[in-house]
Amino acid sequence: MNFWNDPLKAAADFLASLFTGWGLPLGAAQVIIAFLGVFLLIALLMVLDIFLVWVERKTVARFQDRLGPNRLGPFGLIQPFADIIKLLIKEDTTPGGADRVVYNLAPILSMMSVLIIWAIVPLAPVILSVDLNVGALYLIAAGAIGTLSIIMAGWSSNNKFALIGAFRQVAILVSFEVPMVATLLIPTVLSGTMGMNGIVQAQDTWFFILSPLGALIFLIAAIAELGRAPFDMGEAESEIVAGYNIEYSGMKFGMFYAGELLHAFTFGGFWAILFFGGYRFFGLEQVSPFLAVAVMIFKAMFGYWVIMWIKYTLMRIRIDHMLAFNWKFLTPLAFVLLMVTALIHALLKDYRGTQLWWIYTLSMFLANIFIAWLGLEIARAYSRRERGKVKGMKIMEAAH
Amino acid sequence: MHCELRKEPQFGKRNPMTAQQIIFLAVALATLGSALMVVTTRNILHAALWLVSALFGVAALYALLNASFLAVVQVVIYIGAIAILFIFAVMLTRRDLRDQGPQMNRNWWGGALIALLTFAGLFSLLQSWSGFSKSAADFPSGFDTVGRLGDALISPNAYVLPFEVASVLLLAALVGAVYVAFTRK
Repeated sequence: MNFWNDPLKAAADFLASLFTGWGLPLGAAQVIIAFLGVFLLIALLMVLDIFLVWVERKTVARFQDRLGPNRLGPFGLIQPFADIIKLLIKEDTTPGGADRVVYNLAPILSMMSVLIIWAIVPLAPVILSVDLNVGALYLIAAGAIGTLSIIMAGWSSNNKFALIGAFRQVAILVSFEVPMVATLLIPTVLSGTMGMNGIVQAQDTWFFILSPLGALIFLIAAIAELGRAPFDMGEAESEIVAGYNIEYSGMKFGMFYAGELLHAFTFGGFWAILFFGGYRFFGLEQVSPFLAVAVMIFKAMFGYWVIMWIKYTLMRIRIDHMLAFNWKFLTPLAFVLLMVTALIHALLKDYRGTQLWWIYTLSMFLANIFIAWLGLEIARAYSRRERGKVKGMKIMEAAH
Repeated sequence: MHCELRKEPQFGKRNPMTAQQIIFLAVALATLGSALMVVTTRNILHAALWLVSALFGVAALYALLNASFLAVVQVVIYIGAIAILFIFAVMLTRRDLRDQGPQMNRNWWGGALIALLTFAGLFSLLQSWSGFSKSAADFPSGFDTVGRLGDALISPNAYVLPFEVASVLLLAALVGAVYVAFTRK
């Protein structure tokens, strides 16, 4: 029965006794088991990644009123495997004048920056790689490595479109990191910890209810971090062909593509962990850790679906609009929200867990709605003034 | 996986090298090698990338010392912000990324001497310290390093004054940068 309650520990204990039975010292056995665990996690993620290609293509087909892959296997399920084989046997080209080592390192770093995030994802109360006490910051640190991989790819390709794409993408990544950090601090304030498992366990009421605006800002920043539409100027096909990954062919391109898909799924998962209770669903996680994993995967898929929904509904925003939107609207909004959340939490946290818990929840919720309304009103007044200026200039021109 | 790479007493007796020591040596060698490449490579962009590698090695050393907050902040700030800024500055300001001039000037022996003396001084100082040959001790379970760091930064009898002074300094730098870049219409 132990395996069904705590599968990872049971498996690790079994392997440890097996390896020490073979005469290995315990320390070495533990190192091997840790490596096996990492290998297993990455293998599962890569298989999931292949499946995500199919999910993405089927979903975009639905949004665009098409059928999507439907020839190979039931519902076209074998299609992604055929795609992988195609990518593997394609010619692997390197552009002339490319910086070879950096050029080949970039796709690996890009994939790695996504995979290392999964070290802190709690799939169930007992199924997690490591419960890092600085989990929220670790997410940002992994993003920093992704930024580096993009600039390496853009520069080493020896292609002006690649470099322009990389510059745009890095400008987006660096600026949208700011509201993302601010909104990552909201679950931290509400739960009192930066560890992902602690954040999930503190969500007796989902943080989405306590901070709907925070969840929204996090989603926008996450989509920008992914470089997906409407924030996909990094690879705007109609302007700069394909951006930073233009020169990559075969599996090297596949690494960028698979990394992007897995990244989207990962951020869907983090949206669920931070604001929708992660693996928790009305006590279902208490029944069995496997059920908790299923809940977590389902919520992550939902987040991924929302990200796809936005990608295939909205069109691309111009880069100066986007940066102005970030620095003049999203960042101040996120910081105001963080300060108000911290203030309300400090004033009313004693009501939590008592009969009057609704005072805390209600004031948090109303504060969020009020800040969102205020932000929109200020933006509306500003745009009215700007429009008035343009109209005034036109009248002046006509008078001349 | 809840596997600890810490020293096991039996393992330590049979084999003098623990996993922690092996990792430390590998990381230290990689860091030093990268640092050497930063100053010897002729391509400035490669130097910036080697710098990233060296900074990453330092982050790994922090992680080995159980200082997870410092390790993550090292990656966020030095790799995510400063190294990216370096790369941008190099790309946007120089036409030729290769450095042509000599890599040493006449005072190289002075620099080498000071570096050697510093190393010898630090080594002799640290050798008299009892913790020099010990591996990092485990924290008791439930020990909240990040919470303690946060408390220390805002507690009046710890570091609140230096913390606030540093904040004001950064704010002044920020305002100054905006003022310099601001164009009057």
